[in-house]
Amino acid sequence: MFKTPRSRLITIILITGIFGWQLYSKGLKLGLDLQGGMHLVLEVDDPEGTMTVEAKADMIDRVDRIIRTRIDEFGVEEPLIQKVGGERLIVELAGIDDQDRAKEIVQRNAFLEFKLVLPVTDMTAALSRIDRSVVAALGIDSIRALGADVVASEQPEIVDLLFGGGDTTVTGEQVDTAEIVEEAPEEEDPLDSFQPFSSKLNMGDIPGTYLIALEDIPTVELFLAMDEVQRALPRDQALQWGMELVGRGARTYRYLWVLEEDPFLTGDRLETATAGRDPQFNQSQVQFELSRAGGRTFGQFTGQHIGDNLAIVLDGEVQSAPVIRDRIGARGQIDMGSGTPLEEASDLALVLRAGALPAKINIIEERTVGPSLGQDSVDAGRIAGMVGIALVVLVMMAYYRVAGILAVGALGVYVVLVLGGLAVLGAVLTVPGIAGLILSIGMAVDANVLIFERIREELAVGRATRTAVEEGFQHAFSAIMDANMTTLITALILFQFGTGPVRGFAVTLSIGIVASFFSALFVTRSFFLLYLQGKKASDPISV
Amino acid sequence: MRLFHNASYRFIEARRKAYVVSGIVLGAGIVFMTLNVVNIGSWQNYGVDFTGGSLIQIQVDANLTAGDLRDALGGVDAPPITRFGEESEFVVRAPVAEDGSIGAVADTIEAQLAAAFGEDAFEVVRTEQVGAKVGGELQLKALYAILFSFLLTLIYLAIRFELRFGMAAVIATLHDILITLGVLALFRVEIALPTVAAILTILGYSLNDTIVVFDRIRENMHKKGARKRKPVDLINQSINETLPRTILTSGTTLAVLSALLILGGAVIRDFTVVLILGVIIGTYSSIFVASPALIEIQNRWGLGKVGDKKKRPQPATV
Repeated sequence: MFKTPRSRLITIILITGIFGWQLYSKGLKLGLDLQGGMHLVLEVDDPEGTMTVEAKADMIDRVDRIIRTRIDEFGVEEPLIQKVGGERLIVELAGIDDQDRAKEIVQRNAFLEFKLVLPVTDMTAALSRIDRSVVAALGIDSIRALGADVVASEQPEIVDLLFGGGDTTVTGEQVDTAEIVEEAPEEEDPLDSFQPFSSKLNMGDIPGTYLIALEDIPTVELFLAMDEVQRALPRDQALQWGMELVGRGARTYRYLWVLEEDPFLTGDRLETATAGRDPQFNQSQVQFELSRAGGRTFGQFTGQHIGDNLAIVLDGEVQSAPVIRDRIGARGQIDMGSGTPLEEASDLALVLRAGALPAKINIIEERTVGPSLGQDSVDAGRIAGMVGIALVVLVMMAYYRVAGILAVGALGVYVVLVLGGLAVLGAVLTVPGIAGLILSIGMAVDANVLIFERIREELAVGRATRTAVEEGFQHAFSAIMDANMTTLITALILFQFGTGPVRGFAVTLSIGIVASFFSALFVTRSFFLLYLQGKKASDPISV
Repeated sequence: MRLFHNASYRFIEARRKAYVVSGIVLGAGIVFMTLNVVNIGSWQNYGVDFTGGSLIQIQVDANLTAGDLRDALGGVDAPPITRFGEESEFVVRAPVAEDGSIGAVADTIEAQLAAAFGEDAFEVVRTEQVGAKVGGELQLKALYAILFSFLLTLIYLAIRFELRFGMAAVIATLHDILITLGVLALFRVEIALPTVAAILTILGYSLNDTIVVFDRIRENMHKKGARKRKPVDLINQSINETLPRTILTSGTTLAVLSALLILGGAVIRDFTVVLILGVIIGTYSSIFVASPALIEIQNRWGLGKVGDKKKRPQPATV
């Protein structure tokens, strides 16, 4: 097939044509550093390191699927989502403008729960127990250091005055003595008057809520996070934060809800969710529809609890808690307040549709490149590349004359092959990738130089033109082969151990080496054979 | 046009001088690295890729200086601020809290800048946040990558040439990498992922050069009458024969890299500097380190072959 220069030429044209077409039709994907975008590496949260490798791998599989769905719906073109080593997920989003929003879409758990709101009085009995457990766990000194009021305040609460929500400041007096003896028999009376927790609670203006003043929120959060406090809570009951801050008079508060601990329904029964705007109150909302089975549960439950409040809990925070006025079927809605832009509602609908992440996800690596910087890099790289190539062409033609022109032709084929190869593999071109490209051009030039130098040597010892060319290619082969192989080894190792940009570099370099091998040993040789056609063995050649 | 045609330099005879030069440069590199340990706490200026941390690159209004930024970010306690490329671009680096969200530091810095100069006075063009855990893993990975490529190269060359060629090539490459690390330490070039890619490229380039010379030595070894020749002469001849190629290829590569350095923009500047350095050192080492190493290995350990292989009839040896 490759006997005649003509068949060789046809082969070259064919291959170049195929790769050129691939390059033209598929286009070259630019890396984040060149076109701007966001690169995230995610890991399943496992602070105690208790998860098994299999559990982690399974978790990341599910995270992978869910995030893929979310991003597809978010409408990012050609996102790159890739699992690494069974415990990490790389998410690359090119050309993202609103990075915070994209991050939220990726990272948000979107765990939706429906829970029954309980009357505050259910919790009252436990409050003194909680107070004591806080005192026992932290000691009075460190509670004082937190700035938490230790003694129950006797002043009337502002909230009570304004709204008359509760009858008294909550104290621990209602707790029956048997429980006190059981829980903390050694405690003395003065300690009972310390109320680090309950003194922070103000009766809420909605059934089943307390209001926590803005400045107390961190302290209460700290208390609620303690295992001792969680154990002191009544069985089946939970205290959970409301989503938003609310203003009451001159002060700002956050709701703390008393809820049934177990949800009667969760978001996995969600069939679909859409964002909309309620024309009556002009507020954003997400309407959802439950699956058939979910709808049955929902209907049954709401039928039994007419008049109670139903808390819609998203990622552990109460989003809203409407009163159940009637039996509700498969449809419901989440109100998001009038100040919320529709965009936020549609993002929420999106993540709800795609499903909840099975675990908390941590971002352990984040890189963003603004589009302007990317464009600067592309421009600079393009100019530098062109000048570099021009320099190579000049040197080759000046030094090797006609043979140099042949080599430049072969290098042209080489460039098409490399770029086409990148397009075929769907590899992305990064800044280090461009450097790798230039380096492999160097290797391709080197191969040609090795061959030409060898031909010159063979001519110098008096061989005939044709023989000299044959010998030149033959003797240069081993050096080209070994040099390319060792570089390829390095490139493959880089690919194996590298991440992100370094991988891009390794891929470009590997493709470049294979292409340079082909270009020097086949293409340049074919061009040479064409050049030699019609020449006599003794005719001089320009090399 | 022909450069270095029929050159006959006596390279190998000059090897002792080359050892002194290499020794001084290597020693200086070790001194710089030690100085870095004393001054900045680690032997290289590791970037956020390796240490973990936040990097925020901002483009500011022309009238803002690094001093203004420093004042806005807490004066004396401000994280390090460096100019990046053009006049109006700065990079702020800050460590990331061990357990905190990795975005928190960057958000704080942005908020502080917005408070001091207003939202429109600056634009964040690039951020990088790497958790400390990831950074530590990367250091290990880079080390593995280099060790692995040494090992595989050694095996490849032992198969294609002889073991001592592989050893000599690894010595030369090690020499190049150590010198490069020394220079990086001297200028405190930030070691980021692309810098590691560059160091590994040097490894590849240096090998490439060395192999071309070794290939010629291998060929000359197998020629008629090579057995009777002095090893030093044979190696000298091989280096001289490949000299035109060495100069032309290195020259062309350097020209391309210079274009990249001058026109390629700030993002790849460090990367290019490392490569240029590597090409120069790699060319030097293929002549003055790798080939002499062959001779030294032979002088010390014979032909570097083990056991039964010695009994086999030998082709011409160096």
